[in-house]
Amino acid sequence: MDFFLQLLVNGVCVGLLYGISAMGFVMIFKSSSVLNFAHGELLALGAFFFLALITWAKLPVLIAFILTLVGCFILGFLIERFFLRPLIGEKLIFVIMLTVGLAAMFKGLILLIWGGNLHTYPDFLPEAMALKLGSIYIAPVYSATLVISVLFLVLFGLFFKKSSQGIYMRSVADNQKAALSLGVHVRRVFALSWAIAALVASMSGIVLGIINGVNVHDLSSIGLKVFPVVILGGLDSIGGAIIGGIIIGLLETFTGGYISPSLRDVVPYIVLVFILLVKPYGLFGLVEIERV
Amino acid sequence: MRKFSFHPCGNYREDYAQELTIFDTDYGRVCVGLFLVLLFFVIPLTVSPYMLYILNTIGIAAIAAIGLNILIGYTGLISLGHGAFFGVGAYAAAILATRVGLDFYLAIPAAGVITALVGMIIGIPSGRLKGLYLTIATLAGQFIIEYVLIHWDSMTQGTMGITIPPAKIMQWEIAGDKSFFFLIFFCLVLMTWFAVNVMRSKYGRAFIAIRDNDRAAEGMGIPIFKYKLLSFAMSSFYAGFAGALWAYYMVSVTAEPFNLSLSVEFIAMVIIGGMGNIPGAIFGATFITLLNELLRYITGFLMNIGVVTSSGLNMAPLREFVFGLSIVLFILLEPRGIAELWRIIRSNFRLWPFSY
Repeated sequence: MDFFLQLLVNGVCVGLLYGISAMGFVMIFKSSSVLNFAHGELLALGAFFFLALITWAKLPVLIAFILTLVGCFILGFLIERFFLRPLIGEKLIFVIMLTVGLAAMFKGLILLIWGGNLHTYPDFLPEAMALKLGSIYIAPVYSATLVISVLFLVLFGLFFKKSSQGIYMRSVADNQKAALSLGVHVRRVFALSWAIAALVASMSGIVLGIINGVNVHDLSSIGLKVFPVVILGGLDSIGGAIIGGIIIGLLETFTGGYISPSLRDVVPYIVLVFILLVKPYGLFGLVEIERV
Repeated sequence: MRKFSFHPCGNYREDYAQELTIFDTDYGRVCVGLFLVLLFFVIPLTVSPYMLYILNTIGIAAIAAIGLNILIGYTGLISLGHGAFFGVGAYAAAILATRVGLDFYLAIPAAGVITALVGMIIGIPSGRLKGLYLTIATLAGQFIIEYVLIHWDSMTQGTMGITIPPAKIMQWEIAGDKSFFFLIFFCLVLMTWFAVNVMRSKYGRAFIAIRDNDRAAEGMGIPIFKYKLLSFAMSSFYAGFAGALWAYYMVSVTAEPFNLSLSVEFIAMVIIGGMGNIPGAIFGATFITLLNELLRYITGFLMNIGVVTSSGLNMAPLREFVFGLSIVLFILLEPRGIAELWRIIRSNFRLWPFSY
């Protein structure tokens, strides 16, 4: 029973991580319907910026964190401006392959600068944040993750419901042409959504880096694990991303714990195929109606 | 003997047969003939073994790229699983050759057929999904096949890999770069001929109709699910065939090369070469393979320069960076690929020396 509970808690923790990693991905998809294959590399870039600021520049944690977020915000903006904007209205395959190309570029760049080894952040989270529920131990990072993901969920919820930019974003996602004709600055919305997505990605990258150490290969493979998560939750639902993340996290840890550890990494994709066959738009996704 | 025809100075086509013709002029026919003579009688006898090795790799990649182009360029379905299909073909050939004892000329097509069946299974979601959802489904297919290849120990011998007996016809053994050159390029020419001709038949037109608008195609009476599956089957047959050739050429098969980055490389070949263009796939395969070789050479060269070695910089990731950069630049600057560049160059020469 203890084993089960520990797996349950681990699964939820890992799942929350997947969830917040997926949030940035969903942001981009929601406003510009771009499937971002470079998401894992965005996570890695954030994590490595933070690493550079904290170990090489020796800045205090808080300042380094804020600088990383600002840096990634600008980076996201630039990516949209230089690479994605020329492709507005182009075929899906070009957009997908562009993000794949960007992923290869970023990965090469990170490997060139930092190498493929595992780096770690110095410890800075207080041990007091650790939770103990009976025999189950929750490490401080995981409780920090919980706090961050709930915080961001609420922030995003408010942003999309209340702020004018958020409403513009939803309108663009819903119908680009209609939004354009009603005077929404669609290009600005795209740029902003990429910038925010890169910001969120860098934040999740830092959290992942605290837990697993910073390694390009691990972080970019998380970028691929985002796909089952968002498909499960529906590609355009931010709350769904968190729930999808938790389901995938639970699935992984239980498969790893009870069936076989090697099956762990492939189970999300098997589930993904079945979900796509049964409910193609995910659990919380919007069903698209097509006309010829 | 009929008159040797040149390019007309306008569109004087009178029926569909003229529209469907492969060679507009006899000049093109002669050029292709000359090229084939050069390819089979001059090149293998003159170039170095290393060049032959590169050419062989290009040939194998080109077969797979043509297959993927049928799927992406003509049918408009994006598959991220072709690296895995290539692997299925390689393993199928290896298992057929070692367990069943088939000769290579049976094992390679059989491997293609097995891969086509696997491809159809991966293609089943295309009945309900399209666009990016289908892309994600094929991504899942890539990971699942990769897992099976590594963990189905009793069949694939896991990480140990399988060693393949040499390819033999009667007493004559196909070994070494030169004899493989003939085998690979004979297959490539055959597969190209087949693909070009299928694409101007009823099947090819159905594929193109599905690409341009699948709902409308269905309305016109094309059973789209059947044709989508057919497209998956054809394209994975090509991938499996190429994989089987690769397995024989490399002698031993392990699961590592058949990962997602191989799939990405194949898609890059299709995009850089030119989508919806069969010769384009060959251009793309040539470009990517040469780029890989060139970058390998350059990074090897840079590693040996004193300054770089002493600064502790590892130049190997440069390869990945340039690979990504070339994809991005092609998409942004020439989305129709090398085939389009080639067309522009040719049409500049058409009116030479009186171009305007």
